[in-house]
Amino acid sequence: MIDWQYSESIESPDIVSIKKKYTNYIGGKFVEPKSKKYINTISPSTEELLSKVPLSNEKDINNAVNSAKEGFEVWSKLTPNQRSRYLFKIARLIQERSREFAVLESLDGGKPIKESRDFDLPQVAANFFYFAGWADKLDLSWATKSLKPYGVVGQIIPWNFPLLMLAWKIAPALATGNTVVLKPAETTPLTALLFAEICEQAGLPPGVVNIVTGDGSTGSLIVNHKDINKIAFTGSTQVGKLIQKSLAGRDVGLTLELGGKAANIVYEDAAIDQAVEGVVNGIFFNQGHVCCAGSRLLLQESIHDEFVKKLEKRMQSLRVGNPLDKNTDIGAINSKEQLDKITGLVNEGVEDGGELFQTECELPGNGFWFRPTLFTNVQPSYSIAREEIFGPVLTTLTFRTPEEAVEIANNTEYGLSAGVWTEKGSKILWTADRLDAGVVWANTFNKFDPSSPFGGYKESGFGREGGRHGLLSYLKASS
Amino acid sequence: MGKIKTSYDSIQWSNVLEMVYESRIDSVGLNERVNSLATRSIKKDSKLEALNMIVSMCDLTTLEGEDTEGKISQMVAKAIKPNPLDSSVPSVAAVCVYPSLVGTAKEKVQNSNVKVAAVSSYFPSGQVPMESKLLDTKYAIESGADEIDIVINRKAFLEGDYRKVYDEIVALKEVCQDVHLKTILEVGDLKTYENIRKASLISLAAGSDFIKTSTGKLSIGSSRQACYVMLKSVLDFESMTGVKAGIKVAGGIRDAKDAIRYLVMINEEMGSDWLNPELFRFGASSLLDDVLKQIKKLKTGAYQAGYYFPRG
Repeated sequence: MIDWQYSESIESPDIVSIKKKYTNYIGGKFVEPKSKKYINTISPSTEELLSKVPLSNEKDINNAVNSAKEGFEVWSKLTPNQRSRYLFKIARLIQERSREFAVLESLDGGKPIKESRDFDLPQVAANFFYFAGWADKLDLSWATKSLKPYGVVGQIIPWNFPLLMLAWKIAPALATGNTVVLKPAETTPLTALLFAEICEQAGLPPGVVNIVTGDGSTGSLIVNHKDINKIAFTGSTQVGKLIQKSLAGRDVGLTLELGGKAANIVYEDAAIDQAVEGVVNGIFFNQGHVCCAGSRLLLQESIHDEFVKKLEKRMQSLRVGNPLDKNTDIGAINSKEQLDKITGLVNEGVEDGGELFQTECELPGNGFWFRPTLFTNVQPSYSIAREEIFGPVLTTLTFRTPEEAVEIANNTEYGLSAGVWTEKGSKILWTADRLDAGVVWANTFNKFDPSSPFGGYKESGFGREGGRHGLLSYLKASS
Repeated sequence: MGKIKTSYDSIQWSNVLEMVYESRIDSVGLNERVNSLATRSIKKDSKLEALNMIVSMCDLTTLEGEDTEGKISQMVAKAIKPNPLDSSVPSVAAVCVYPSLVGTAKEKVQNSNVKVAAVSSYFPSGQVPMESKLLDTKYAIESGADEIDIVINRKAFLEGDYRKVYDEIVALKEVCQDVHLKTILEVGDLKTYENIRKASLISLAAGSDFIKTSTGKLSIGSSRQACYVMLKSVLDFESMTGVKAGIKVAGGIRDAKDAIRYLVMINEEMGSDWLNPELFRFGASSLLDDVLKQIKKLKTGAYQAGYYFPRG
């Protein structure tokens, strides 16, 4: 018997040159922060310092918003066709430099290069291409004479898909004639700052895209700025609620894409082996740092034991480690803070009485890591079955009938996504009809396309991103 | 499916039927998994280890009307010492020939550890009466074959007569006794993943030691997708009966890169138990030369021309 271990196969980090210190990108220029303060950004897989980025203050945000206002005067007066050409150019430049972006994304965020290379970057380019195509066709879709861009849009994005969330935000905003002030997440600012170079390379008019870095306080300055016309936020439900409160009573547009606790329902007549794959992909993709992750596995009682056995076996083959190793399936947890949160919830799950299974993989010494984890024997009342864990932790619940499956699936304050697994078409439709979720995947999970609208029900937020619906998030009725 | 538990000796036709009618495969999900396994990057030591494993798992094959005793002698010599200049390269697992040449092959392998496999049951079509298939197989065994590769009755299978497919394999297994029985599904004829799964389970339940993808005589030979369906069937069969069966992939596997992708699949889906010539084989004629070239390349950094490697 041979124990065949794969040798390391590292994607070279030399392709990207990380500066010692970065600046904001405001009015088409790279400018030092007025705050004169910086925050560190580290690699979560080694805890090594990668660089320093500005901790922007009120003056910086003022400058960014003012430059976006000036930018709007130029951008909104271009012909739709001219806006379209800029977006196409950005899309092509991203494709040309995609290897560089992918490596930087994996270094700064901890996700495996396999995913940043094969998922994030192709999706980023696809979103710019898609919305570039819309920019000169808005009139064909609606009687747009009565729809106008908001003006200056403040965009605050999370750390799980840093560049992709930037693309989801910037591409439709620009296509519809808005200008933006975007703040990347505190722990993952580097690809957004590299994107600023793309804007420069594409010759985008000054002020159309402004990128400012910082922490929560910086985000709050953007939300509360008097000249912001719309806020688009992706992140936690807790922060989403704070933003909504701050904006109450003001004439500022808002779309929120928040947390989730998606049910992945597996019926006994599913193709079991493929369902196992889909469940694994649903929760372990991107270390489970996915708002639409299939974090609640709902199994029909009749297949519970067989399914769990197969699932545990499959989980053992997941390779956890260096994000730049091309054979890594699961990378590093994004931050110490997130690791603590996951650990806390998992401990709570054990105390509540959940049965814990974790894979036996070796974890690196430095950095933030968490073993792929499965809970069985969980009751719907446990916190691991209710709270968003945002990590590689799957919670199993069981059901007896389709009615019960739907009831358990909807028994949550969230409603972002869901999965249904059965070979029976009519059962898919019956179930999907009754699920309160923005996206329902059937016999697959975590599939994305720029043309498909994405967004939540209930406390998962409102507004849609992607597709024709996504454009409407950046247009408002005008008199 | 998971509920069926039975010992290997007491499998009933009703068990087989239950397994066959519970064959559910989602082709989109399956293709996705197989393609994702193909992105594994196998380099350096792990690649050399893989290449040597592939050599040791090869059934070096010639199945042509033009085969002669001379040709078989050449091939057997190569099977024993695939690269005479590099003694770290192992012998192949077996040579695979038509029944009429088993005697010659057996004589030439002498006391090396290379086995002799014979295709029988009127390979590749199997379109003869059962009596002829039995006779064909008996002849091969009497000539000294260590392993027998038979084809399933695709006529019966596609007509829905699964019982006949099963009974024929049972009867052939009876002739084989301890001689290793590999059953060829001919996945290129079966076409759908469900069919491949059904045929796999029927063959396993009927007593096959191995299931094998193809005869190599069709334009559609083995595929990693078909192998994936078969390995899942083997694993399910193991969890029902406790019996570990083997898999042989054959037909159209011509380069080392493709072969390594099969190994990755076996490694990650089945585990290291199956990384072993007792449970996994490649049927090949031209694969071996590419593997030998790649081994040389890894060790010296240079690709060598074909004439540096002996003819087989």
